[in-house]
Amino acid sequence: MTKYWISSETSIEIDSAEDNNVVHFSVDDKDVIVSNGQTIYEALQRQSGIGNIPALCYHPSVRPYGACRLCTVEVSEDGGKNFRFVASCLYPVKEGLVVKTNTERVRNLRKGIIELLLARCPNTKVLQELADEYGVEKPRFALGDHDCILCGLCVRACQEIIGKSAISLVNRGIYKEVAAPFYAYELGEECIGCGDCAFICPTGAIKMGENGKPELPRVKIPYAEIGAMASAAEG
Amino acid sequence: MVEQVRKLLDKRLKTPEELEKLRQSIISDKDTSRILISVCGGTGCRASGAEAVVDAFAEEIERLELQAKIEFKETGCHGFCERGPVVLIGPKKIFYQHVQPEDVPEIVAETVLQGKPIQRLLYTDPATNEEITYETDVPFYKRQTRLILGANGEIDPTDIEQYIAAGGYSALSKALFHMTPEKIISEVTDSGLRGRGGGGFPTGRKWQSCLKAKGDIKYVLCNADEGDPGAYQDRSILEGNPHSVIEGMIIGAYAIGSNNGYIYVRNEYPLAVERTIIALEQAMDYGFLGENILGSGFNFTITINKGGGAFVCGESSALIASLEGKIGEPKAKYTHMSEKGLWDKPSLLNNVKTWANVPLIVNKGTDWYSKIGTKGSKGTMIFSLVGKINNSGLVEVPMGITLREMIYDIGGGIPGGKKFKAVQTGGPSGGCIPEEYLDTPVDFDELTKLGSMMGSGGMIVMDEDNCMVDVARYFIEFLKGESCGKCVPCREGLAKMSEILNRISHGQGKPEDIEVMTDLGEILNNGALCALGRSAANPVLSTIKYFKDEYLAHINDKKCPAGVCRELIEYSIDPDKCTGCGACVRACSTNAISGEKKEPHVINQGMCIKCGACYDTCKFDAVIKG
Ligand SMILES: Cc1cc2nc3c(=O)[nH]c(=O)nc-3n(C[C@H](O)[C@H](O)[C@H](O)COP(=O)(O)O)c2cc1C
Ligand code: SF4
Ligand code: FES
Repeated sequence: MTKYWISSETSIEIDSAEDNNVVHFSVDDKDVIVSNGQTIYEALQRQSGIGNIPALCYHPSVRPYGACRLCTVEVSEDGGKNFRFVASCLYPVKEGLVVKTNTERVRNLRKGIIELLLARCPNTKVLQELADEYGVEKPRFALGDHDCILCGLCVRACQEIIGKSAISLVNRGIYKEVAAPFYAYELGEECIGCGDCAFICPTGAIKMGENGKPELPRVKIPYAEIGAMASAAEG
Repeated sequence: MVEQVRKLLDKRLKTPEELEKLRQSIISDKDTSRILISVCGGTGCRASGAEAVVDAFAEEIERLELQAKIEFKETGCHGFCERGPVVLIGPKKIFYQHVQPEDVPEIVAETVLQGKPIQRLLYTDPATNEEITYETDVPFYKRQTRLILGANGEIDPTDIEQYIAAGGYSALSKALFHMTPEKIISEVTDSGLRGRGGGGFPTGRKWQSCLKAKGDIKYVLCNADEGDPGAYQDRSILEGNPHSVIEGMIIGAYAIGSNNGYIYVRNEYPLAVERTIIALEQAMDYGFLGENILGSGFNFTITINKGGGAFVCGESSALIASLEGKIGEPKAKYTHMSEKGLWDKPSLLNNVKTWANVPLIVNKGTDWYSKIGTKGSKGTMIFSLVGKINNSGLVEVPMGITLREMIYDIGGGIPGGKKFKAVQTGGPSGGCIPEEYLDTPVDFDELTKLGSMMGSGGMIVMDEDNCMVDVARYFIEFLKGESCGKCVPCREGLAKMSEILNRISHGQGKPEDIEVMTDLGEILNNGALCALGRSAANPVLSTIKYFKDEYLAHINDKKCPAGVCRELIEYSIDPDKCTGCGACVRACSTNAISGEKKEPHVINQGMCIKCGACYDTCKFDAVIKG
């Protein structure tokens, strides 16, 4: 008989018999049992409430994306000998896995990510709260003035829940941003004005405009190159 | 007669015996008395005018009606591109460099018809000042083991029969008729072959998991994206010997049970694309692709897919997204491609060079192959050796050769008597290795230990005039531009890294910068989604590790010891050396230099834009950079 935790408060004592429907694994030195077919994040955060893993690009209604990397944990597939960093929102639970959600290395990594995000979006409430929690003071970098962290939740919501794909992520690297088809900022007919994107946005970067359509967060760096590209394309 | 007509209509070989018969007849039909002229038609030599040389040879041969006496062919890249256009003549391979169309009549009259080498076209060894007649004696080639690239100089890539004559498709025939899939995979495993696309993953193990993966549809993929700046090994193989890659892929497909393959090649490689398409068509015509290959009952086709040319599309999951017609962005790979790859089907992805190794292993056997190289890295590796080096080009060497041998024996050392400073290996996310490690054997594990990597085989040599901060800045700028921007550590981290490096090279470095960059390096290594981000800090971390003094000189003293970072250098004129000739005055575009004729001149620092024109112009070394 082994004691397995099934939620943050509840444990049961059972034999760890083979069973395809459940997975036994260890989280921060606790034995845990959860149903199979989930990711670590889902299993710990949603199903059982064990662990305290931050996440910004995860939402239960859309497919995980793995962009913010805040949910990173350390896992070992060889019983605790070798660990590696994985995004828990994407990594499936497996029998015998050893998971560490809150080691110093993990906290340092999250701290670094928060520092980078806060430098990009210094005025964003969720980031300020995370910064407090993880002890990030003033970012050591030049500050931007964005609101959008490019988690892609709005895009996934519009595509997967609403079925419209009225917005998408365009461009790459630091030029990535959310835009309507053909790199427009004004939403066109594809948008039905449901406001799902504004609702799901974790930073409040998308607001509904007076015309009933969302106002997209423009990346406010003056991108000379894009302007040049556009005018070259226009001839 | 009927037999002949039928043969004309259908070249498809139906049995392994027919292949052998064809091979024998090509070989015996060949008039061996003809003298071979082979002109390199690789992209490098074409850039220096090889096409005109090819035309000139063709015209000259026709004018003199020498078709019966001369066998003339345009081949793929010979590797020594900086000497292009390169021409080889005769069985002993007389090596001519920088050949121009005007040289052609003389080459035909003197060398081809009378066997006399033309001195002016020969290669001179800079070390000994000796002229070298034969390719095999040129130091650049002497130390190489050209298992993969060797055929490049010998066969016309647009003629499958030349590949067949050289033994081509015999490995396929052996695999199909004398080996089980399991046996092929165990041979590849035992050979010790590791993926040449950068990761160095054991190839046999990958094949084994694809074989075991469930599913009736499986895909075989060839990664020919080659996005590293300065690397062109894969391009050269596809341009020079595309059938070696195709043969490898067919063997791989048979081994794992796949009927469909894709070659993902960058669109910026028009010649590679063209020659691969020709090769695929010919392989189809001869029955090496399509249905019932060589009568074995095995079916396999290959489709070519032209990529959009993003560096990140070489990453396996981004490559698959791109093949599927989606945005070329990486995805987490917690489920292996061997189980769920292209369209969620089991997929086997290997690099061009990896595939090209397969026929060799099948033909010559594991024992032979595994004798080449080091304990953990078998076979040869192809490097593109460039930078501050006398002989640059594509170099194929056995794993385990030392960096020193590569740079000094093959590369001929550093030009201009300058001092070696570092060698950057592994492409943009590789690291810089200093002089003290020059005797390190080059293989996957040793390079990783030094904070660099094998990557796709880039090797850039740097001398005392290279600033290591500037080098790090250059690679971070590249990676920042190529980051897909999906995950935070890579998108934001590289932008911040580049911000800091730019500040440092502009003389605005802060004491804490090194620590901040080291922290960012850790976030990238541990937190990024794909290997682009996870390795992107290497250029910075390795230069901080080995060249910290240079960073400190920039940050604390606001000096660039190598004299590269413009904001940190100052030009002045040594009054004792200046003759007042006025050459610098004319060279200066901002009129910053003044002085009386025949009197020492001075530079007005306020007007100087530090372009260095005066420094380059002065014949009396009177301009001081510091
Ligand atoms: C950013 C990035 C770029 C890559 N580019 C290439 C490439 O151009 N060619 C290549 O073969 N592999 C490339 N790779 C490695 C591939 O992801 C993959 O490991 C490889 O194609 C597998 O083949 P191999 O086992 O034969 O090496 C790249 C990886 C990363 C992270
Ligand atoms: S590491 Fe860079 S390239 Fe890879 S997914 Fe993240 S942003 Fe994209
Ligand atoms: S929640 Fe997992 S990466 Fe953002």
